[in-house]
Amino acid sequence: MGLDFSVVPKYFDILLLGCAWTIGITVAAALLSFFGGILFAVAALYGPLIIRLPFRLIAWVFMGTPLLLQLFLIYFGLVQIGIDLPAFVAGIIGLGLHFAVYNSELIQTAILSVDKGQMEAARTVGLSRGQALRKVVIPQAVRAVIPPIGNNMIALLKDSALVSVIGVSELTLSAQRAIGATYRPFEFYLMAAAFYYVINLGMEWVVRKIERRISISR
Amino acid sequence: MDIDLMLRVYPFFIEAAWVTILLSVLTAILGLICGALGAAARLSRFVLVRFLGAAYVSLFRGTPALIQLFILYFGGPQIGIQLDAFEAGVIGLGINAGAYMTETIRGAIISIDKGQREAARTLGLSQWQTMYKVILPQAARLMVRPLGVNLNMLIKATALVAAISVIELTYTAQRYIGSTYKPFEMFLLAGILYMIIIYVTGRGVAWLDRKVQIN
Repeated sequence: MGLDFSVVPKYFDILLLGCAWTIGITVAAALLSFFGGILFAVAALYGPLIIRLPFRLIAWVFMGTPLLLQLFLIYFGLVQIGIDLPAFVAGIIGLGLHFAVYNSELIQTAILSVDKGQMEAARTVGLSRGQALRKVVIPQAVRAVIPPIGNNMIALLKDSALVSVIGVSELTLSAQRAIGATYRPFEFYLMAAAFYYVINLGMEWVVRKIERRISISR
Repeated sequence: MDIDLMLRVYPFFIEAAWVTILLSVLTAILGLICGALGAAARLSRFVLVRFLGAAYVSLFRGTPALIQLFILYFGGPQIGIQLDAFEAGVIGLGINAGAYMTETIRGAIISIDKGQREAARTLGLSQWQTMYKVILPQAARLMVRPLGVNLNMLIKATALVAAISVIELTYTAQRYIGSTYKPFEMFLLAGILYMIIIYVTGRGVAWLDRKVQIN
């Protein structure tokens, strides 16, 4: 069986729809992981011990196990406790939490490296601890780690292919559907790879653009 | 939590963990070979070779590893490459990891001060001698820690071969989640084994890193 790319155009719209899902899931999970990362970082640094310890444990487990395994836990685990979410929501939660943990590690380091004087000055001018964190320390910390967070987001796009395994019709599963109908795995997986590559380039461009805008000019 | 069930199935998870370890070791070896070749290509004097090296890195880092595995395993037979799932897993993941290691190795080599090369050349060492006797020994020390990060990612990436039905840890967990409907317990079993593997590897890398540093 040789290669025959002439079957591909017929399934182009399925693949494009898959691309739209991939982009949507990636953006949603990226936002979740960004704000979740900030939340986790603050909880892990400033929360009472009863919050700090479970957060450390969760971070440790999420960084020490494969994403695919975590997706199975979240997807099937939610069903087990009676929450029947659509697969794509479970996928977004899984991807979002996974990368939130990685982002949180970056943000924690950044928060700790913001000069102590910033917090002290903010408190002196009458801000509460929470306000000082929210308005003074965290904005500076997050800016400092925008580039590595951007890299995480680009990794997230590629890892979004994993949610095909729990049945989300994104690009990878769309390609599999087309293969199911045509028995042409090479052609369609290669097409999917090409689409991923293009989305990846686009995403890198957007991420670098955001970086330039948000990062503090040095 | 169903401890009884966990006690009943854990031997299968241990067995699967050995498959994950074997996969990781073979993938790491292939990844290092590809990474070394990739770095050599990226640093080559010839434009075409440099371009090939850059294309390798860009293509394999710019697309999902899962898709690469699928192309190799499911698409391979169409272009005359017949591999069983385990072989496809090792080769696919190894080439993928190699793209990341290429950048690690290259990064370490180019971070060696230019004066080292110039001094070596001035002393009459050839291009090759300069590389093997002066640059690489220094760069190798810088590589240990970032390659350790690559290794950590690679071990977790071996879970992907579950999607082509290699019976490793994640596949085993997935299968038992499907048959027992106890996702948490199965996650716990597989998760603990992954964390042991990751922890031990991490300690090994840290030990090697201390060993190669000169103080």
